[in-house]
Amino acid sequence: MGDPYLQNEVDIGDVGLAVGKAVVAFTVLLVAVMLMVWFERKVVSRLQNRIGPNVAGPFGLLQTLADGLKLFFKEDIIPTNSDRFVFKLAPYLSLVPAFLTFAVIPVAGDFSGGQVDAATGLPLERPGTVTIFGRETFVQVADVPVGILFFLAMSSLAVYGIMLAGWSSGSKYPLLASVRASAQAISYEAALGLSLAAVLLVSGSLSTIDIVNTQAAGGGFGGFTRWNFIVTGFVPFIVFVIAGTAELNRPPFDLVEAEQEIVGGFHTEYSSIRFAMFFLAEFMNTVTMGALIVTLFFGGPAGPNLGILPGWLWGFVWFFSKLLFFLFMFVWFRATLPRLRYDQLMNLGWKLLIPISLGWLLLLAGIRFARTDELDFADSAIGNTAIVMLVGVAGLMVGGLLLSMAARAARTDRLENEGLVAVPTRVLVEEE
Amino acid sequence: MTVTSGQTDGQVGNNVQSGSAATGEEEAVGQLHHLPRRDSVLRMSEVRAAELADGELLDGENSQTMMMNMGPVHPSTHGVLRLMLELDGETVVRSKPVIGYLHTGMEKTGEDLTYLQGPTNVTRMDYASPLFSELAFSLAVEKLIELEIPARATWIRMLMTELNRISSNLLFMATNGMDLGAVSMMIYGWREREEVLRFFQKVTGLRMNHNYIRPGGVAADLPEGWRADVLGLLEMLPPRLEEYDVLMTGQPIWRDRLQGVGVLSPQEALALSTTGPILRSTGIAWDLRRDMPYLAYPEVEFDVLVGTYGDCYDRYAIRLNEIRQSIGIIHQILELMPSGDYRAQDSKVTPPPRARIDESMEALIHHFKIFTEGFKVPEGEVYVAIESPRGELGCYIVSDGGPKPYRMHIRGPSFVNLQTMSHMLAGSSIADAVAIISTVDPILGEVDR
Repeated sequence: MGDPYLQNEVDIGDVGLAVGKAVVAFTVLLVAVMLMVWFERKVVSRLQNRIGPNVAGPFGLLQTLADGLKLFFKEDIIPTNSDRFVFKLAPYLSLVPAFLTFAVIPVAGDFSGGQVDAATGLPLERPGTVTIFGRETFVQVADVPVGILFFLAMSSLAVYGIMLAGWSSGSKYPLLASVRASAQAISYEAALGLSLAAVLLVSGSLSTIDIVNTQAAGGGFGGFTRWNFIVTGFVPFIVFVIAGTAELNRPPFDLVEAEQEIVGGFHTEYSSIRFAMFFLAEFMNTVTMGALIVTLFFGGPAGPNLGILPGWLWGFVWFFSKLLFFLFMFVWFRATLPRLRYDQLMNLGWKLLIPISLGWLLLLAGIRFARTDELDFADSAIGNTAIVMLVGVAGLMVGGLLLSMAARAARTDRLENEGLVAVPTRVLVEEE
Repeated sequence: MTVTSGQTDGQVGNNVQSGSAATGEEEAVGQLHHLPRRDSVLRMSEVRAAELADGELLDGENSQTMMMNMGPVHPSTHGVLRLMLELDGETVVRSKPVIGYLHTGMEKTGEDLTYLQGPTNVTRMDYASPLFSELAFSLAVEKLIELEIPARATWIRMLMTELNRISSNLLFMATNGMDLGAVSMMIYGWREREEVLRFFQKVTGLRMNHNYIRPGGVAADLPEGWRADVLGLLEMLPPRLEEYDVLMTGQPIWRDRLQGVGVLSPQEALALSTTGPILRSTGIAWDLRRDMPYLAYPEVEFDVLVGTYGDCYDRYAIRLNEIRQSIGIIHQILELMPSGDYRAQDSKVTPPPRARIDESMEALIHHFKIFTEGFKVPEGEVYVAIESPRGELGCYIVSDGGPKPYRMHIRGPSFVNLQTMSHMLAGSSIADAVAIISTVDPILGEVDR
């Protein structure tokens, strides 16, 4: 496994290729972020009956550049109360992981082949490669063996940026934001990881390119039934999108920078280019999260080769179209949904998303086990699967019931301890 | 809560009903003596709070609580309200609203302006519903000089104030949405309000601070084509309100954010002298348009909307549905609008028509005297209250017989309603605090005057 050009002896050309890919990816990501900021502002404007940026450059495309330049030349203020070293460090802690995560995402390549090894379920050839300077390679910066774990690690690291920024500012609003950030990150990473586990279970690999490959195995668009959002049964996908949005601190989960509550949140005290770095990191994360959803659940660059363009470019076209859809979705969320309250966010994470994804993971694992024919409840694999599913669903329902009963008992206890009476659920008054 | 009268507006699926107050009020009055959350008010000087502002804990090292100043410069304190919050984590323990950052001495200024100049002054108090202040002032002056105004003037006043109620409630929809993170709602609310303001501009020449309702009538007759304009507004609004229902009322996150937040009991509401949607949200049907009628309100039909729980959601739903009630009232006004003069032809109060000034020296002198010296008002004192979108807006005038009021006082609903803040904030989180400030809907210009 791993990137083909690194399979043999690594020479100076390979190193050059690696560096080149990193530079190109960095540039592309920066430009993508610039366009994403423009896209978000333009779409939100349209959804809100406004025009949005339209002065700097054609269609206002250069607005982000103008803003960035302006911020760069602004005075950089470091509050007296702040911890100067950490205050300066925090933006980098935010920005660097945001960029690194993108390195594991395959953005192009021809995955329309569709030849599969019957035994492993993996394709026979290595699809998705392009040849650059006579070297066969994937269209991604690095195919890290731990792949998706790398993403989890980086997204955990990114929280340090926000947390330390809030803490080091020496101001109360950022401090509240920093507490919110750490709690939010901890609760939603669990749900994120569990929904991810479902994908890993069906793909059998941590490597992003292998995850794409297993989904592309059907070939073309006809193979979309192999895409993970169907294979894993929608639930992990939905959980991942919700938890991912929370992980990004985007509306409706943008408690960390809830302007109406805690002013600027963690970046209240930041100005100039340091603020710009947080801003950049946030949008980079948005792009990366969209790309991850595409990679994990929607086959990444997989799609039919329609001719005219070279095959790997079609991969890019498909990848980008899917990505655009999810980026639009994030913007749509922002324009539509009110913000959740802190405790509601915690409730959603711990009491809903984590149990659901955990239960679903168990169910998926059970089904996969049943398919291996090692069980002999029934004569056929299908019969086994049906039995496992029935037992699994029943088990989950019992578990869910117990959980909700426990929750209710705990709530009543707490209210009694506080000397309060349980508030009856609101009954809506019907029309006369 | 008893439910009376038909056409209950139940389409938004909330708990707003129309009803009368009899039972709720009697019960409430009996329990006026105590407020359950008396200790929710932070009694601390601003100086001490400022000392504590540098990240220190409230009572030294062992304390669990910290002091935070929210405002006067904060995105969601509706202008320049400052809240001193004692926080335990994110939970508000005690709080104290600090006002005065927008104090402009308008009441004092009012003593130096003639009765004709008065509306120019009071209109700047509640800048979201300026016509109401003008109306209260004008009604008070008219009561002092016992002036009858023509029917058309009365109905024009009703038309304009009901439209103003709509624009003010739309502003609430906008800011409330904004405060809870539904940012698009701000633009939508503003968009609809703008349409109403456009009509105001056509009628009064100004978008706000109109100085349109004056003692003796209104400043000018309705312009040509006003009926079509109003009908256009009434046609435009209902579908937009349904969009609000989709975007907010039926939104699960929205409901979670507002339901059960900032609950006020009827007893507390009465003890704290709240009026308007805050009082009605607790289930007490008290609306001056019905209970102490003024203008021609007895001649129109409308429902007094009340809530059941007294929470933020009830206050939101009441305001939303009051827009619908106002639309109904305006439809009736359009039908009943009489013809006639738009101001009282009382030579003592009303300046002569412009054409007469060119012909007659006496008319010119008369005109000059009215605008420089003003008209004299008999000695006495008077209090007139009307129902503004925020509650009871009263105007108290003491006259010493001269052309200027001896004392002019406005009973601002925003100011009185601010008292509820500490009681509702106690025990809530910062996010709830924002929702509570938002649904109290204070206009700081009126608070500070």
